[in-house]
Amino acid sequence: MASFHGTRINPDKFHRSQLKFYLFLIPLASFMAMPIIYIIFHAFKPIDELFAYPPRFFVQKPTFQNFIDLVNNTNATGVPMSRYLFNSIVITVAVVLLTVLISTMAGYVLSKKQFKLKKTMFEINTLALMFVPAAVAIPRYLLIDEVGLLDTFWAHIFPLLAMPVGLFLVKQFIDQIPNELIEAAQIDGASDYRIFLQIIIPLVKPAIATIAILSFQMVWNNAETSTLYVDNENLKTFAFYMSTLAVQSEGNTVAGQGMAAAAALIMFIPNLIIFMILQSKVMNTMAHSGIK
Amino acid sequence: MANNKQHLSTTVFLAPYYIMFFTFIILPVAAAVALSFTYFNAIEMPTFIGLANYVNVITQDGVFMRYVLPNTLTFAFIVGPGGYILSFLLAWMLAQISKVPRTILALIIYSPSMTAGIAMAVVWKIIFSGDQVGYLNNMLITLGVILEPIQFLQSPEHLMTIMILVTLWGSMGVGFLAMLSGVLNINKEIYEAGYIDGISNRFQEIIYITIPSMKPQMLFGAVMAVVGTFQAGAIGVELSGANPTPQYSGQLMVNHLEDFGFIRYEMGYAAAISVLLLLFIYLFSKIAWRLFGEKD
Repeated sequence: MASFHGTRINPDKFHRSQLKFYLFLIPLASFMAMPIIYIIFHAFKPIDELFAYPPRFFVQKPTFQNFIDLVNNTNATGVPMSRYLFNSIVITVAVVLLTVLISTMAGYVLSKKQFKLKKTMFEINTLALMFVPAAVAIPRYLLIDEVGLLDTFWAHIFPLLAMPVGLFLVKQFIDQIPNELIEAAQIDGASDYRIFLQIIIPLVKPAIATIAILSFQMVWNNAETSTLYVDNENLKTFAFYMSTLAVQSEGNTVAGQGMAAAAALIMFIPNLIIFMILQSKVMNTMAHSGIK
Repeated sequence: MANNKQHLSTTVFLAPYYIMFFTFIILPVAAAVALSFTYFNAIEMPTFIGLANYVNVITQDGVFMRYVLPNTLTFAFIVGPGGYILSFLLAWMLAQISKVPRTILALIIYSPSMTAGIAMAVVWKIIFSGDQVGYLNNMLITLGVILEPIQFLQSPEHLMTIMILVTLWGSMGVGFLAMLSGVLNINKEIYEAGYIDGISNRFQEIIYITIPSMKPQMLFGAVMAVVGTFQAGAIGVELSGANPTPQYSGQLMVNHLEDFGFIRYEMGYAAAISVLLLLFIYLFSKIAWRLFGEKD
């Protein structure tokens, strides 16, 4: 009893008692990182190493050939890789910006305004956290057809804008901003729009960063829209293009493998970089992610 | 007058989100419920057939009862609680070490959930590839454990295990991040009070202090785990490269739904399955709510 000093949550520096955690965490993290490291090495392997026997994990003679092939490659219908990448970037930027804006707007009102249906609206949103897009793929398809979005650029953007998790997190975060701050601004004669732009936005930056990451991951990795809602090859995304590279039925598996590996790396790296830059803000937001 | 302005801005702020929310989330769910009572082949107009689809799912659909439902439940009961407990344990352990190594390790552990299913399927396919060039096969042959390569992704015995493994590996997502910051943000004074009240080991500490103090994050993590589990359905098809999966061994509700909806065009029937899927998720989330929700 006397020897037990309790957990040292969030310690400042290394202590011998932490060794046991490292002993467990480091092997596990290495195991989890393996496929990721593999993606990185694989992308730089020359063709003979990609198909080497016995297979090698690490690359021995790294080359950029896979990337060069990928850039020069056009698919069967003559659409170059850059077109897919361009589509992906435009769609991603649009979705992330709009999602952040509309979720923050709705979050502000749901947190700080009084009106009828407020509670109900937020409750429906919380229920929608459980929404699984795959479960309603068919009615969604019919609906997108019905509103005329089928086979358009907008089909990539509109269906992803409402992100229940995003609204949920930002509303919880805004709940902590003291009401007095907003009241003071109102007394000074600031309009709602001004309060939103000059008080709310600067104060909820962590939550904004979090939504940005989550929606980025969702839209950047999304190949489904291109598969289900878009026929025009010119309007499809990089995530979709990637899924076609290593498909066995195209008969081009040997050349495809290297390009698929390079494409996988291009898919993964932006996720990683953005998360690395913004991770401390994410943690800040998550601390307030309680369901109330 | 000022009041009117307030109402106007409230509407302006809410409208964009809720218009999108209503159109692309609420309406499809409502439409799925409506379609589930019809026969609809995507060409002719839907015809109302009452509960027939549901009755068929339960009484006529041998595949659903023999494979899909047991598979889904097995998968959900292992991956759901497994991933959940794993994320809590990892979050708790990460909270015990200092900031810089914690950030690095947390990033590594979170990174699998950032990657697209497709990118991952490419990697796992190579690792579990059925010929001797597959990494796992090659390793086992070299070690002398097996003599002939195993068809990991095509054999009914192994597919489910691999699906569970891959999904668990990628399950440290948003819920994990929430739990990690939950553990880190517990007030230290609560612990001190606990020691005075006679808590004498780490296990008691976790049960009596840590978990109760981060209930909201635990609940959020639980809901995300439930959704993640049922959403992960596509992994079997991606790994084996076929829908239906070999001998239905990895067939989950999502795959069954796609099989009927997009391959056989029995949209009404597929809609009934999707309604069942949403009910499942709702049911399991309710259980999570019971376990971790605030007692009113």
